[in-house]
Amino acid sequence: MKKKIIETLGFFGLRVCLYIVFAFLLIFLYDIGSKGAGTLSWEFLSQAPRRGMTEGGIFPAIVGTFFVTIVTAILAVPMGMFAAIYLNEYAKQTKITRIIRLSIRNLSGVPSIVYGLFGVIVFVNILKFGTSILSAGLTLGLLTLPWTITSSEEALKTIPNSYREGALALGATKWQSIRTNVLPYAMPGMLTGTVLGLARAAGETAPIMFTGAAFFLPILPNSLDDQFMALPYHLYVMATQHHAISQVRPIAYGTALVLLLLVLGMNFSVALLRYKLRKIRKE
Amino acid sequence: MKKKRFSNLKERAIKVFFFTNSVFATLALVGIFFLLLFTAIPAFKEINMGEFFTSTRWNPTSPVKEGYGILSMVVSTFMVTIGALVIAIPIGIGVAAYLSDVAHWRVREIVKPIVEILAGIPSVVIGFLGIVLFGPIIAKIFGTSNGLNAVNGSLLLAIMALPTIISISEDSLNAVPKTYSEASLGLGANRWQTLIRVKLPASLSGIIAAVMLGMGRAIGETMTVMMVTGNAPAFPKGFLSSIRTMTATIAIELGEVPYYTTHYYALFAVGFVLFIITFFVNMISDVILHKYQEREQ
Repeated sequence: MKKKIIETLGFFGLRVCLYIVFAFLLIFLYDIGSKGAGTLSWEFLSQAPRRGMTEGGIFPAIVGTFFVTIVTAILAVPMGMFAAIYLNEYAKQTKITRIIRLSIRNLSGVPSIVYGLFGVIVFVNILKFGTSILSAGLTLGLLTLPWTITSSEEALKTIPNSYREGALALGATKWQSIRTNVLPYAMPGMLTGTVLGLARAAGETAPIMFTGAAFFLPILPNSLDDQFMALPYHLYVMATQHHAISQVRPIAYGTALVLLLLVLGMNFSVALLRYKLRKIRKE
Repeated sequence: MKKKRFSNLKERAIKVFFFTNSVFATLALVGIFFLLLFTAIPAFKEINMGEFFTSTRWNPTSPVKEGYGILSMVVSTFMVTIGALVIAIPIGIGVAAYLSDVAHWRVREIVKPIVEILAGIPSVVIGFLGIVLFGPIIAKIFGTSNGLNAVNGSLLLAIMALPTIISISEDSLNAVPKTYSEASLGLGANRWQTLIRVKLPASLSGIIAAVMLGMGRAIGETMTVMMVTGNAPAFPKGFLSSIRTMTATIAIELGEVPYYTTHYYALFAVGFVLFIITFFVNMISDVILHKYQEREQ
């Protein structure tokens, strides 16, 4: 009998742990959602900040985040996919592949601020890109790379070997078999993982603070050499750096909501895509 | 024949191309290490190495005598990290155990993506919530003037480390061979006893790896801690005092420092120390996870 009580209590305790996690998430989403929604309007999304950033919108920050994410994608997506193709399709278990895999896993654990430092040395100073969209995008690309490699490799792993062998048996070369029998089926999975990585990069602040994000810049960036406003950095500024913190709190909430919607929206659309694809494959 | 030779060449070129791309990851890691190291070295022309690691005084802009001791911030970093783990370990393992042993598979299918949402929230948003949500509550509970202190930082870092700890712990709990729990249940133990005395010990290495990964994340987290811990560059007096971590110091000062000064180099030295710490934490978890996977196979 005592055993039974302990078991019931124990499992109840585990459930409470889950409820705690849920509670945090709900409180987070509710707070941002309810207080941010009041600020959200077409003007807020389509105008630049005005009057020392106490009025107006966040349009330049949205555009900046969009551009920098594109630069990130240009570096991280193809390179991540190519590296994954090598690791999953070509590589044998040699010392070199082991070192490569070890580096990728370690690279994903490097703190984002350290990527920021690296960006300052390499892109801003050595390569003389200055503080710009290009520097920030490349820094974020580097940060995203381990993520895109790992998720692309996971996608390639799900393709059964019989697909490859079928093509090889008909006389196709290795590359032909990969191109016709592996990539078309792995591509959706590779893309979903990649988009998740980009969503994470779009929300990062520390790596772009010193490589290109601007405190306040009412004009839109014209070229890759320009500084830019970014949503996450704008939220940081509005939350801690502004001279009239309490006055701009609604703007901070609105920015937080837009950033959250952007990042979670990317996550959701990918999850939906994956779910649909899984259904199609089952049929 | 000629065509065959050409296609062979093409195949080789394609392979080399893909290989080059994958080697880039290794180059990046090595590159980060050496660039940080070489940028940090000039700092020690003017700073005594002993002072750097053992002094608690960090005051690079003092007009009288600059101080370059990182001990305060290292202690601060470990303080919030340990605080975070104290909160995150029981909850994380609890949720993992619930998902692997109690929950119906349908519940699991729903819960897992929800936990993933938590991982998807940008750190700057979590920091913002720390200021507007937790700050006032913490100030009220502990009677401090504001809620920007190590407790707040620990709480937020715990929430950020949870998804990692949950998902990897759950994987390792699920990887415990079925025969283990069947044997335990067959001997008359109930499910709770099986979980506590058989499954948890059997998956301990995976859980430790999960905790280490969460720890690595907490040590390296910048925005969240910078926004909610108050950033007083002094030796921490306790969890209710304002502290400043290594990551926050870099983030706050790098924006204002003139390039190529001792202060600039010193910040890179801090970054290098941070890199080394997280590298070893991640390495240890990696080794544990790997051993564990090999044993399972």
